[in-house]
Amino acid sequence: MSSGRSTGFEGRGGTRLKAWQTYRLRLQRKRWRLRALRKRRELACVTDRTARLRPADILLFTTLRNEAARLPHFLAHYREMGVAHFLVVDNGSDDSGAELLAEQPDVSLWRSEASYKRARFGMDWMNWLLRRHGHGHWCLTVDPDELLVYPFCDTRPLKALTDWLDASSIRSFGAMLLDLYPKGPIGAQPFAPGDDPLKIACWFDPGNYSISRNHRYGNLWIQGGPRARMFFADEPSRAPALNKIPLVKWDRRYTYVSSTHMLLPRGLNFTYDEWGGEKTSGLLLHTKFLDSFSDKAREELQRRQHYAASAEYKAYAAGLEADPELWCRWSERYINWRQLEVLGLMSRGNWA
Amino acid sequence: MSLGVVILVHNALGRATEVIRHWAQSGCPVVVHVDSAMRRARFERFRAGFDDLSDRVLFCERHRCEWGGWGIVAATQSGARLMLDRFAEVDHVYLASGSCVPLRPIRELTAYLAARRDTDFIESACVADVPWTVGGLSEERFTLRFPFSWKRQRWAFDCYVALQRRIGVRRRLPEGLVPHMGSQWWCLTRATLEAILSDPQRPALDRYFARVWIPDESYFQSLARRWSRRIESRSLTMSKFDFQGKPHLFYDDHLPLLRRSDCFVARKIWPRAQAIYAQMAAGGHPAQAAEPAPARIDRVFAAATERRVRGRAGLYMQSRLPNEGWENGFTAAPYGVLEGFSELHEGFHAWFAAASGATVHGHIFAPEGAEFEGGAPLWRGAMSSTAALRDHNARRFLTNLIWNGRGARQVFQFGPRDSQHVSWDIAKDPNARIGVISGAWAVPLFRSGQAVADLRDTAARLQKAEADHLGALRSPHAKARIRIWTLAEFLEAPSEALSQMLADIVPGQAGPPPAPPDLVPLDGFGRFLQDMRNQGMHPYLTGDIPADPPPRLRRAAPKPYLVSRPHA
Repeated sequence: MSSGRSTGFEGRGGTRLKAWQTYRLRLQRKRWRLRALRKRRELACVTDRTARLRPADILLFTTLRNEAARLPHFLAHYREMGVAHFLVVDNGSDDSGAELLAEQPDVSLWRSEASYKRARFGMDWMNWLLRRHGHGHWCLTVDPDELLVYPFCDTRPLKALTDWLDASSIRSFGAMLLDLYPKGPIGAQPFAPGDDPLKIACWFDPGNYSISRNHRYGNLWIQGGPRARMFFADEPSRAPALNKIPLVKWDRRYTYVSSTHMLLPRGLNFTYDEWGGEKTSGLLLHTKFLDSFSDKAREELQRRQHYAASAEYKAYAAGLEADPELWCRWSERYINWRQLEVLGLMSRGNWA
Repeated sequence: MSLGVVILVHNALGRATEVIRHWAQSGCPVVVHVDSAMRRARFERFRAGFDDLSDRVLFCERHRCEWGGWGIVAATQSGARLMLDRFAEVDHVYLASGSCVPLRPIRELTAYLAARRDTDFIESACVADVPWTVGGLSEERFTLRFPFSWKRQRWAFDCYVALQRRIGVRRRLPEGLVPHMGSQWWCLTRATLEAILSDPQRPALDRYFARVWIPDESYFQSLARRWSRRIESRSLTMSKFDFQGKPHLFYDDHLPLLRRSDCFVARKIWPRAQAIYAQMAAGGHPAQAAEPAPARIDRVFAAATERRVRGRAGLYMQSRLPNEGWENGFTAAPYGVLEGFSELHEGFHAWFAAASGATVHGHIFAPEGAEFEGGAPLWRGAMSSTAALRDHNARRFLTNLIWNGRGARQVFQFGPRDSQHVSWDIAKDPNARIGVISGAWAVPLFRSGQAVADLRDTAARLQKAEADHLGALRSPHAKARIRIWTLAEFLEAPSEALSQMLADIVPGQAGPPPAPPDLVPLDGFGRFLQDMRNQGMHPYLTGDIPADPPPRLRRAAPKPYLVSRPHA
């Protein structure tokens, strides 16, 4: 077909809201934005290199605490992908991570000693930095243990994806969290600083995800994977949410609502198709389950700084006493994005 | 014989420069049009980059080129006029953009055109006959007015279109004009182009087309039909369009594909596709006299459209969650649901698996947890058998089971004891092959050996659940292939029901059906049902099984009419 041309934006879907519902979401959005404005005072700038940002740069935003061991691989992974600048909030680390970050030419670093929980698990800080520096850029908001995979990521840089999203009038890109774990007990294989975590944690659950809609915000709610089956088998509704929207063409009016699970305005959450087709999507490879995990779980349980009264970490700590193995005979070993697409975990959609 | 190129440029100047230099250095005169939106200083810098080629690279009058507007046609006219006036040796004029990249050596293109001296290569389809457009505006492009920009003033654009439709205004077409549409990128002969540009009616035509929507896809396409002696209705520039009518971008990983197409020029190329531009700079990929065959690489792009529009049946994932009725197949593959069979036969699962070659699960929705094949706690896809996890989203559990089990036919048992969340879903799913022996739930109760009085409430509950389920199976919404026997009917001819289910679930099996498995002993079952009736709970779903004598069993030998009885 040659003469056909675009007459409709991608996107828009879900139940139509009443005017008062829309208005309530608008108020909520303003509230989170105000809160981010207030919480900016908790951030102390360590190194600010944001003056170097150029208009088309892809930015990465992250909050971390004691992740020195992961940082070298994390930075390398995203640099290779084409991320131009890292904006990092260090939440009271006492390892060498901060020094490492401060030395990097493409990292701007802030430090906060304030409560992670009272900054809504770091989201207030992220929202502030996004608002301050992200406007007009494609912004990737991820944790240090999350590695993005998108269609053609082995042959095309991230810029190819964002250019295509721009050309298709798509403002946000969904990437489900895929928990990776090692074969054998979690602590069995030591992880040395600088290693590729995918060398150790390279197994995942290919097909046990439950999906439903959140009509209020329009986003999906995905649960499942090894955490649901190992730690939340009796209380599946408390299992962690895996749906994420980490890549957004940011506008200063936007705000993340709860982690990177959903955003306001609501239209940004429609990263899925409702009429049978598949939209383009990626995955965040979640390499949480390394040998440092049990120490981390114990520490986080004491700090009580995580979501839902750290229920997740309570469940982990209880489960970890038994030194569990997440691996089972139906686990798949991670190869590349094409494998993930064939399994139905992500999709190229219309991007060829 | 010579080929001249008119190039429209608006962004990615670096790449555009490479392309222009490539054309010029291969011996083609080039006229460049630069969008007037570009700042003067930037334009002058860009222009200065061609000082060494000033005899062959000219810049024409600048127009504002907005997508869908008249400016692009005006730009093309200016460029073509300048080309014809300044380069008398040019026989063919090729219209290209800064992101059109030659794939083959230019001399192959000039040789190809030299062999087809009088042919105009312009895709030109009659609007009335070919329903090409995406988005509903086809003929109306020519009969309505479009003063607003689609990209910047969408609201006004849409409202004005709606208003004109409502009132019913139609523009009159200029006399003798038959609207044609096609790719904007053409290659016309000098004669045709000259005739179009010096058409006596041109002022009127230009005025008319200035208010047509996307005139760059129809101006030359319609007018070429007037003047051309020989039209070859295809574009020499390959481009592939997606489901929204937006051109696909080509990346470095497409290079083998592009070479295979044997096309002369391709668009759009992603400006950072190093390898594609490097191939051009190296002179292109020679294919001698090969005819361009863009259809050769259609499959890849057709698959993308199919994926985006229809998706993979039975898959529910982060970027595909169809509304009800839009699934394009609720599940990924056909599967069997057997209700009551395993209650009535010894070793039924193993028998059915052997007879059908399918993967046979137990009661997937059993209250104690999913009974996967072989009783495993985890199954393919790392699905857990835990009941709470399963019932958290039973529908997804079912679709996951079928999706993960692609490749082998899946069969599972179902019954009124199980959680009934998917009762309606399987009834409505055309992939389901359902066989029900109604009332079979009474058999395990009978065999439990408990007192009838204690079983009465359980039986009532099971019967109610099964009646509801049968209601779903018998409703007009049911799309599954469904067979229902009462227990009494089934016991009349058990092997017949089994072979029917085998044929439904694994059709086309050759050979006679294997010997049916043994029925469980049912001596006294009729009495048991009668006792239940006596308790006020009528198990009507079993059908008519008389209390005395006990139901005829397959093993029972025919009894003589006369029985010798000891005298009382």
